Amino acid sequence: MTKKVKVSGLRKSFGKLEVLRGIDLEIDEGEVVCLIGPSGSGKSTFLRCLNRLEESTGGTIEVDGFEISDKKQNINKVRENIGMVFQQFNLFTNKTAKANLMFAPVQLKKMKRAQAEKRAMQLLIRVGLEDKANSYPHQLSGGQQQRVAIARALAMNPDIMLFDEPTSALDPEMVGEVLQVMKELAMDGMTMVVVTHEMGFARDVADRVLFMSDGLLVEQGTPDEIFSAPKEQRTKDFLSSVLKV
Amino acid sequence: MIETFNEAHSLLLQGIQVTVKAALLSIVIGIFVGLVSCLITVARIPVLKWLAAAYVWVVRGTPMLVQALFIYFGCPDVIRTVLPSFTVTPFIAGVITLSLNAGAYLSEIFRSGIQAVNTGQIEASRSLGLSAFTTMRKVVLPQAFKITVPSLVNQFIITVKDTSILTVIGLKEIVNMARQHVSIKYDYFETFIWVGAFYLVVISALMVLSKFVEKKLNYDKKG
Repeated sequence: MTKKVKVSGLRKSFGKLEVLRGIDLEIDEGEVVCLIGPSGSGKSTFLRCLNRLEESTGGTIEVDGFEISDKKQNINKVRENIGMVFQQFNLFTNKTAKANLMFAPVQLKKMKRAQAEKRAMQLLIRVGLEDKANSYPHQLSGGQQQRVAIARALAMNPDIMLFDEPTSALDPEMVGEVLQVMKELAMDGMTMVVVTHEMGFARDVADRVLFMSDGLLVEQGTPDEIFSAPKEQRTKDFLSSVLKV
Repeated sequence: MIETFNEAHSLLLQGIQVTVKAALLSIVIGIFVGLVSCLITVARIPVLKWLAAAYVWVVRGTPMLVQALFIYFGCPDVIRTVLPSFTVTPFIAGVITLSLNAGAYLSEIFRSGIQAVNTGQIEASRSLGLSAFTTMRKVVLPQAFKITVPSLVNQFIITVKDTSILTVIGLKEIVNMARQHVSIKYDYFETFIWVGAFYLVVISALMVLSKFVEKKLNYDKKG
């Protein structure tokens, strides 16, 4: 199986604070990987290094066969194939849902306007929001905004998707609709890296669960291994504090 | 009142033309200068960013009256030591002064607008593969412009009024023409009411335009 992501010895510091302290990871094509761990453990930073929204300070990152950590790499070209979904949705607030989806493909001349519009409508149908095509972000609920954001990332036909706590900013009753879209995406064979606090989602959908703490990958395994029989004490502590509600 | 208007109106109309022309030209050049200065500052271009900061600092830190006198009387003196035949008209010197002035303030207004656009949208745009330049042009600037419309119009109003300062370098704008008129007729009261009325009309028009533009641009804010 081809490796979609190859990370070795990844380090990242913000000033004196070392957030990532040497991470090695390989992700297969079509694999769904969930990253869990306490806040401040470096999950989001790790994810943001994968499309160089954060510049790594050491180690190498290869995504899709492109050396991301190489300063000479044309990062814009690589990013076209890496979709990203943010905690705060980050939709373009001055554009309608449909225009949000059409923006990148048209600007980057991947598609003609008419073609991009058709594709946008297909994707909106896929996330169940075809009737909101002409709505502006402020007219949509959080869950709807996040579904549009997922569709926007898909509009570039990426072959890997990064999710940075996609449901953390949502009201509880809207979490389900977003997770459902992600679940369908996973079943379609998309390679996904998901930073999440939704343990239920990780258990159901992930092929592999990674537990991060203090900038290190502490433990990884199938959902069963991690949730039912964690080996490391830190993993046990974290899971018992998260799951005992 | 009407009598004064009849007597003074040809002079005042000439003045109005100069005032409007100088203000319009300065606003257009000022927007360009301000945008360049602001983008240099925001993009942190080495060396140039210091120049932009110095420019804004000097313009904001000195009265426009002094700037006008310096540009019209001071600078040509120095230039003439190299180019003896150099001259500059009050209009050109005046527009340079006003443009530089408006540019400095607009630079700060644009900067505040750009910084008000949330970084999340910038990251989203970059994550889709768009360059920093396209992101600035297509995502940030249109939204920054919207945020700054009220402050922009405010600056335009100030620029229109500041044309009157250029009287001191002999620009034949409306205040200058009015003073010519009253020096013969002594009807200060009526004349300056007419002058004031002119400014009120122009600036009211700007305010109406601003409200209209704001409404038009707020399509994404109302339900």
